[in-house]
Amino acid sequence: MINAVWASMILCGIAFAVARGDAGMITATIFGQAANGLAAALNLLAIIAVWFGLSRIAERSGLLAGLARAIAPLLRPLFPELPKGHPAFSAMAMNLAANVLGLANAATPFGLQAMKQLQELNPRPDTATPAMITFLALNSACATILPATAIALRAQAGAADPNLIIVPAALSSGAAMVGVILIDRWLRAARRR
Amino acid sequence: MASIGAWILPALVALTILVAWRRGVPMYDEFVDGAAEGLRLGLRLIPLIIGIYIAIGLFRESGALDWLGRAAAPVLAHAGFPPEILPLMIIRPFSNAAAMGVIAELLAEHGPDSFIGLLASIMQGSSETTFYVATLYLGSAGVRRPLHTVHLCLLGDLIGYVAALWITSSLA
Repeated sequence: MINAVWASMILCGIAFAVARGDAGMITATIFGQAANGLAAALNLLAIIAVWFGLSRIAERSGLLAGLARAIAPLLRPLFPELPKGHPAFSAMAMNLAANVLGLANAATPFGLQAMKQLQELNPRPDTATPAMITFLALNSACATILPATAIALRAQAGAADPNLIIVPAALSSGAAMVGVILIDRWLRAARRR
Repeated sequence: MASIGAWILPALVALTILVAWRRGVPMYDEFVDGAAEGLRLGLRLIPLIIGIYIAIGLFRESGALDWLGRAAAPVLAHAGFPPEILPLMIIRPFSNAAAMGVIAELLAEHGPDSFIGLLASIMQGSSETTFYVATLYLGSAGVRRPLHTVHLCLLGDLIGYVAALWITSSLA
């Protein structure tokens, strides 16, 4: 799926550029975007290092376990196949908490950590497990109480009240979250049958 | 509200270090160990991110994105979405930075308090860079067969978009 989307985007891009007689942009875009991607990746690398370091401290001090204990009861019914108290619960809980607060950069390292821990339980390492699918769906549709990016963009554009969208965005992301949880439950039930 | 966001992070860092100190955890040693593990994982992400950036850039700069937007506009209008919003719906699952660019453009063109302006900002707040996150997360774990992961995530975004449209209509 991802391979097909990736290849289609590149082939469409090349076809359109050639059709417009602007083949020169292809080379420039490929290498320009490669450089942009490297810069973004290095920036992310620094953020990941900081958050893995901090989360290790929080882990050793028992703080992460405390937070996970608060959120885990909500996650447990969604991941019946995970052993009780598995470390992936803490990482997933931290990832979702960061998402709720709109801290996208902080959420990513915890999400990657959760995936690493879920992968350790995976009997077929090349294939996504039901737990991974549930987690990614939750992550993708996570309710947001602070849509920081959109608020900043609105303030920049001179909105009468930039914060006007907080409640509507929380409601619509909440609806998305409830929706994917229900669909995921249904898909898991259908798979068992 | 922006000020609350600005305080969440420092408060979390201070709380983490204070609790660790009180419980006698060697904070700096643990930080370095954790950061080293993060860097090892992060190194594997660089090629994934470069690959995604190239595909997005070619698709956008070549005009393919604009064409897709014009082709799908009638379908969207049927569902009640203004066609102006389509580039955002397409780009949002791929790139947060590009989606920010699209929204900034929409807000400048239609005004931040217009129907389109409100809808665009609520949609941004209620969806995720699904392809990016799915590729990154599955790729970092070494998973090559995502099964229906991406479909389910995109369905979640779609539910968010429809809810955003519904809520914006009742606001305006």
